[in-house]
Amino acid sequence: MQRQVALIKQSLFDQGYLDDQFMELEELQDDANPNFVEEVATLYFKDSARLINNIDQALERGSFDFSRLDSYMHQFKGSSTSIGASKVKTECTTFREYCRVGNAEGCLRTFQQLKKEHATWQDRRGLGRQHVGPSKERDK
Amino acid sequence: MMNPSHGRGLGSAGGSSSGRNQGGESVVEMFPSGLRVLVVDDDPTCLMILERMLRTCLYEVTKCNRAEMALSLLRKNKHGFDIVISDVHMPDMDGFKLLEHVGLEMDLPVIMMSADDSKSVVLKGVTHGAVDYLIKPVRMEALKNIWQHVVRKRRSEWSVPEHSGSIEETGERQQQRQRGDDAAVSGRDDAADDNSSSVNEGNNWRSGSRKRKDEEGEEQGDDKDEDASNLKKPRVVWSVELHQQFVAAVNQLGVEKAVPKKILELMNVPGLTRENVASHLQKYRIYLRRLGGVSQHQGNLNNSFMTGQDASFGPLSTLNGFDLQALAVTGQLPAQSLAQLQAAGLGRPSMVSKSGLPVSSIVDERSIFSFDNPKTRFGDGLGHHVQQTQPHPQMNLLHGVPTGMEPRQLAGLQQQIPVGNRMSIQQQIAAVRAGHSVQNGGMLMPLAGQQQPFPRGPPSQSSIRQQPMLSNRVSERTGFSGRSSIPESSRVLPTSYTNLATQHSSSSMTFNNFQPELPVNSFPLASAPGLAVPAQVRKPPHSSYQEEVNSSEAGFTTPSYDMFTSRQNDWDLRSIGIAFDAHQDAESVAFSNSEAYSSSSMSRNNTAVAATNHGRNQQQQPLPGHHQVYGDGGSVRVKSERVAADTAAMAFHEQYSNQEDLMSALLKQEGIAPVDNTEFDFDAYSIDDIPV
Repeated sequence: MQRQVALIKQSLFDQGYLDDQFMELEELQDDANPNFVEEVATLYFKDSARLINNIDQALERGSFDFSRLDSYMHQFKGSSTSIGASKVKTECTTFREYCRVGNAEGCLRTFQQLKKEHATWQDRRGLGRQHVGPSKERDK
Repeated sequence: MMNPSHGRGLGSAGGSSSGRNQGGESVVEMFPSGLRVLVVDDDPTCLMILERMLRTCLYEVTKCNRAEMALSLLRKNKHGFDIVISDVHMPDMDGFKLLEHVGLEMDLPVIMMSADDSKSVVLKGVTHGAVDYLIKPVRMEALKNIWQHVVRKRRSEWSVPEHSGSIEETGERQQQRQRGDDAAVSGRDDAADDNSSSVNEGNNWRSGSRKRKDEEGEEQGDDKDEDASNLKKPRVVWSVELHQQFVAAVNQLGVEKAVPKKILELMNVPGLTRENVASHLQKYRIYLRRLGGVSQHQGNLNNSFMTGQDASFGPLSTLNGFDLQALAVTGQLPAQSLAQLQAAGLGRPSMVSKSGLPVSSIVDERSIFSFDNPKTRFGDGLGHHVQQTQPHPQMNLLHGVPTGMEPRQLAGLQQQIPVGNRMSIQQQIAAVRAGHSVQNGGMLMPLAGQQQPFPRGPPSQSSIRQQPMLSNRVSERTGFSGRSSIPESSRVLPTSYTNLATQHSSSSMTFNNFQPELPVNSFPLASAPGLAVPAQVRKPPHSSYQEEVNSSEAGFTTPSYDMFTSRQNDWDLRSIGIAFDAHQDAESVAFSNSEAYSSSSMSRNNTAVAATNHGRNQQQQPLPGHHQVYGDGGSVRVKSERVAADTAAMAFHEQYSNQEDLMSALLKQEGIAPVDNTEFDFDAYSIDDIPV
């Protein structure tokens, strides 16, 4: 089980889902805070779910309020960066670029991609976890 | 100030290698520990991670996900934090706006952070005065060194008056700071304002461990932090004790005659060089000048104080009504009156000073440069502090707490004041230091407590008490006449004082309050404060103040005192009321008005004092217009408020008591906010908290 978890985690790293920042977080975990990473990740997924939802709704509305979208994405990027979710972060950056130039199509596409990656990570993380996987399963 | 010894939770006392200082400097190692950080970010993930990282750095972390909440936290706890880290994009308030607020109101170093690394945003951070800008993801390394900003700021504040703050901060920042100081609370530093003793320490808050070690001039923060190494040469850390020794030596020689060589000899501290002493003396002189300058008659005051109360009275009167008042406020004059008042209120003899004086002197010395303290002391209205810190050991009691708080109060203050602010720490430190320091600290505490709570009804006993005290005072006044030296109890007074003091009307009182905490030391550095105060307090317009002050300090029971006392009392009461009013305004004003006029002269003084206090307060923050009243007796009130603020600041300063803190606090005040009155020198910095 341990090995499995480790493998999964390793794959996440290898595939670029996670980066150095995540490793920093792992280093923060110690005996006094044994579940730090877990807690942070949970918090992250909870928050990201909310953000994704907001963005989804904003996009569905079709109004494409770029500044608002950008604002959401900025938040998303912030947390993703902090937790070391590099792929997600990259997508966020791309998304914001599209927002900046007002490319709605690009935004949508990027967002789809982002959600996918986010979900992948979440799923894998769930697998790696001892208990039931992360609650948030988002549909891609 | 965070002292490892505090119970702040520093726990770094053990020299916990914060891991940051790999520099291996033991001193440095402990230094950053316990740094009180406020983190603001609406992103919960980020917040959690930051908190964890900061904790790993052995900092004390408070997190906040809303800017508004952060601001109110900071306002409530003016000196409760050393540095703020804030995100740029937040839903309820722009990060830069928060940055501005913090810079103006609290004068704390603020670090901005964001996932956004575009140049424009970073530039905005710089122009708004952020001390640093971190790009997310924030790494541990970046956080490990944030303490340098605190040190830097403190240093610059300390030397602000002289120069623009050596810190590398952008000139803008400095200016902001300075401006902010003037406008806002110079004293704030709560975190920063701690005695901005630029002394190498930089970490005023650290005072404890660092100082000792740094005496030899250790570089602080070396550990890869460059900021500590701003110093080109090893700097001596002027710990509270060291400073007290210094002050004692100076007093012994006489401020005018004190030369570095002789001081050095007297101090007899191995490793201390003449240069160290010389530069410290220079600063000290400035500090004193500041104190004295407030009343404009500085020279007079100082002299007067020093020379003796009687003499001082004369000159004092010369001081403008303001000065006196200021002085009174500062605690010199009022101290007495306050003492009286307090005594009345407390039921103690207002004159505690007499007996307490001896102690005060000690204390004063301790107060490290107790500049802060002295000031506060004066603010206590005990003016006596100033006068002769030495003679009035008892006064000290009053010093801090002009409020007639009984000694117990003082004690209570000390204890009570746990205010997160520095004050409590200061006090603790002070207390630890030597009974004396407690005074300062105690005073501070009371003030601190007051300050903050002040408006609210300071948690520490004082503030709340103030109101009641006033009334007591008034009634007490009569009782004061018979002020007997209020020994330690004067300390207690301080608490009450503090309340009063906070109001500033008692200005001296408030400070005294702090003092109360300190054993007798209410006279911070008896000599020192005297010096500092002299300028301000000494000048009580009516010699009566002085006397009162003196008496309070020395426990003058002199009959004249009574006269004054009564007058002063009125005034004090008024001032007290004012001080309270500062927060409360309404009451004091009414009170003070009536009173103020009663002793026109007194009020003058008071006003002066109050003004001074205000000035102080002003330093800290431009107290709400109340204070300005000074002009007429009624204005005293206003001033008192300010004063109170100042006192609070001062009190706070006293907290610093750890000499360094005081110094820095002093410096802060001095340099920081040019008191509108006259440079009350009250280092308002501590008062930042004054919620006025």
